[in-house]
Amino acid sequence: MTLKNSSNNIEKPVGVIGIGSFGTAIANILAEKNNVIVYARKQEIVDEINEQHSAEGRALNQSISATTDPQTLCEMCEVMFPVVSSSGFRDVMKKFAPFLHPYHILIHGTKGLVLNLPEGRNLDNVSKIHRENIWTMSEVIQNETVVVRVGCLAGPNLAKELAKGQPAATVVASRFNEVILEGQRLLRSDRFQVYGNQDIIGVELSGVLKNTIAIASGALAGLGLGENAKGLLISRGMVEMIHLGNALGGQTQSFVGLAGIGDLVTTCSSTFSRNYTVGYRLAKGETLDAINDSMDEVAEGINTVRLLKTFLEGTGMRAPITENLYKVLFEGFKVEDALYYLMKYPFNVDIDFL
Amino acid sequence: MTDDYIKQKYDPILPRKDEWPVVKLAKSRKDFVQNVASFSKDKIISMTGNNLDLLKEELETTLYREKLRVKQNPWLVDPDDEEEFWSGVKSALVQISFESQATEEERKVAYHKILESITTRYSEEIASNFKHSHYKATRKMVTFGFSRLLNAGRVKGLGSIFSKQYTLQDKIQIIGETERLRDLASKGTIVMVPTHFSNLDSILIGWTISTLGMPPFLYGAGLNLFNIQIFAYFMNALGAYKVDRRKKNLLYLETLKSYSSEAIQFGCHSLFFPGGTRSRSGKIENKLKLGLLSTAVEAQRANYEKGFNDISGKIFIVPVTINYHFTLEAPSLIREHLSLTGQERYYKETDEFSNSYKISKFLIKFFTKGSDISVSIGQPMDILGNYVDLEGNSTDRDGRMIDCRDYFMSNGKVSVDPQREEVYTQILGDRIVEEFHKINRVFSSHLVAFTAFQMIKKQNSKMDLFSLLRLPEEDLVIDYSDFRSTCQTVLNRLMEIRAKGLVHVAPHLKQDIDKIIAHGLANVGMYHSKRPLIKTSDDKITTQDMSLLYYYHNRLDGYDLEKLFK
Repeated sequence: MTLKNSSNNIEKPVGVIGIGSFGTAIANILAEKNNVIVYARKQEIVDEINEQHSAEGRALNQSISATTDPQTLCEMCEVMFPVVSSSGFRDVMKKFAPFLHPYHILIHGTKGLVLNLPEGRNLDNVSKIHRENIWTMSEVIQNETVVVRVGCLAGPNLAKELAKGQPAATVVASRFNEVILEGQRLLRSDRFQVYGNQDIIGVELSGVLKNTIAIASGALAGLGLGENAKGLLISRGMVEMIHLGNALGGQTQSFVGLAGIGDLVTTCSSTFSRNYTVGYRLAKGETLDAINDSMDEVAEGINTVRLLKTFLEGTGMRAPITENLYKVLFEGFKVEDALYYLMKYPFNVDIDFL
Repeated sequence: MTDDYIKQKYDPILPRKDEWPVVKLAKSRKDFVQNVASFSKDKIISMTGNNLDLLKEELETTLYREKLRVKQNPWLVDPDDEEEFWSGVKSALVQISFESQATEEERKVAYHKILESITTRYSEEIASNFKHSHYKATRKMVTFGFSRLLNAGRVKGLGSIFSKQYTLQDKIQIIGETERLRDLASKGTIVMVPTHFSNLDSILIGWTISTLGMPPFLYGAGLNLFNIQIFAYFMNALGAYKVDRRKKNLLYLETLKSYSSEAIQFGCHSLFFPGGTRSRSGKIENKLKLGLLSTAVEAQRANYEKGFNDISGKIFIVPVTINYHFTLEAPSLIREHLSLTGQERYYKETDEFSNSYKISKFLIKFFTKGSDISVSIGQPMDILGNYVDLEGNSTDRDGRMIDCRDYFMSNGKVSVDPQREEVYTQILGDRIVEEFHKINRVFSSHLVAFTAFQMIKKQNSKMDLFSLLRLPEEDLVIDYSDFRSTCQTVLNRLMEIRAKGLVHVAPHLKQDIDKIIAHGLANVGMYHSKRPLIKTSDDKITTQDMSLLYYYHNRLDGYDLEKLFK
């Protein structure tokens, strides 16, 4: 406990929680300017990081060290970046909660939603879910820990490109200016630009909702339908993101920013994206189970589609792309049929929200 | 918190009045006012980023608005020298712009001097005039006078006027975390945040605080109330400072906030009505005015900055809900709400609380007839809305102790960040609204008003609110048996919500449904000439004033009960 509240944290290391592909990329960017400590659940990964400076084969900066102990990380670091999958996010936060204090700053990089239902309830046995049942990651942090100064990272950040050191930008969103400034101070470099945004919910939702559109985009490519079709999908997808996003509490401006349209365009065009790959392989005739089995990290979009479909039923709102994706993913609907349906869907106006 | 109130005598927590923070403050009033003035002056200068042109613009805007106010909306309480003072400011400003040879530094000094003269005037005007002798007299008068009335009205027979069978506590029931509040008030500083429905609230809360044995709280009362002499006496006696809602200029608002913040740091327990004004719609406040609330957050940070890290420097937020069966001003409040003219800035007093005679008449009626009031004291919280334990420590959801100071720390020390505190204030505001709903105590009158209004609405499901309010009398009739069963449904749902700890109910809601309805009908808006709800001789339920019914119905807004009518 001696390190707690020590007078100067400029020298304090920065924490990274989780070391998947994006976690590795973030840890490397942070390590250019700061001491970095990584938290990983498995001892063998921690050993690999400390001994070989790599995480599951991905190279890590020499100065990065690792631990399996949440308490150590919380005592050493004031600022931490949780970058774990949305399915494990809540458990990780619960594990950290006893060691977190209100002076901590958490900036997460997870794009997904968590379902918060009473004990014993899940998507299979509830008919309706409301906004309060759907938590973004910042809401998970706020509900499971005492940390209030929360931020999120979002933007077109394909881990593979970041790893190569190609130029990129990200958005740090937070209701707190100091969190944005801290994120910029820690991350900004000649090759990495960092923007700020105060609408954290909107930015988080951008990252979440774009994943569903990316699956559809992959499917279009899988069917070999060309660039006109992709342009159509991206623009209609944008409209759907904004409608859904507003319903969930995000502001329109955030969706047309870097974290929204920027990320959407990137993900919908990239064969590196997991969500895109899911759509692509579906269109090629594979089943969802087969695709899931062969991927080492989850495609968040699948979970999101499922959650949103149930949410939509409770509100009476329509979101044609999401609804059709649900049918394709879970009800054996053919991609071609879904596409045909979308072509017939009566969109009267192009844009009605700006 | 239990539903039933405990009638209890509370000993004063600080028996010697010299120990009362308000008395101490009154003694050093002059220095304190000077402090507030210079503090707000510095704050305004820092807000303008030390830019002289911005400051000049701010001063000119203030002058312009104040001259307009003096001309268009003068009040009885305004000092006589208003015109004179602002003319002085005007000529001072004019003079600076004429002195073309003055250096930047000289101009700065001149502008700062004007600024200081304004903040000093404002501080002086805002500051309370607590006088212990008046406080004592008021307290005696209220307790003695009202209990006499109460007993005369309720105990039959000769000598009833001296009966002690009923005390004010039977009429005004204080429930909830009273002991916790007293305990923390003797250790730290309390900021009480009650809901606000009626002008009577100010006196009611003052009485509650003194009944609980606590020293008087400092609180802001609308300057318009000081127009009414009887109110002005009460307010002054209770230690109220003055909030003038006509003055919306930055200089005034900053001075007001500084006053509040400095008083909390001084250790004065304070009280804000966080809704700002009385609830026009009758709803429990759901949008709070964050200006004064932010002073609690600021004061907490300032205390930590000064190194008060123990409980004596801690600020506790205590939500309170006041429940009535009626609000005297309801007709004018709801009219105002519905017409939504947006003229809050210069609104004129039009309510029935407009003179001392009417108030006295009402009070006599109130104490000699039925109808009760309850004051529910909520669980104390810290300035971020975490509950605190018996020792005043903040705890998280799992009961783990957290250090409130950590909220203001960055790089290992307490830091000042106005934007951060702004967000904290919003978080606190949301927490207060949440607590209001939890500690709100449902009365029979709320139940019947809500049910009847929703039933009429359902019968006319195609109409919007305003057409609904204009319905002809013959369309406003409900069959008693339908009404009875629907009341039961609503009550059942309320009891479910109560089981989850999200609302409270008055003990009279535990009788059988016919008795509850009878009690509700007898009490809902009982002093209005047109009753919001009555039972006719042919066993129908109807209303004489739909807007009033809407007003009393609104009290149960925010519990999703309307879904029962879909």
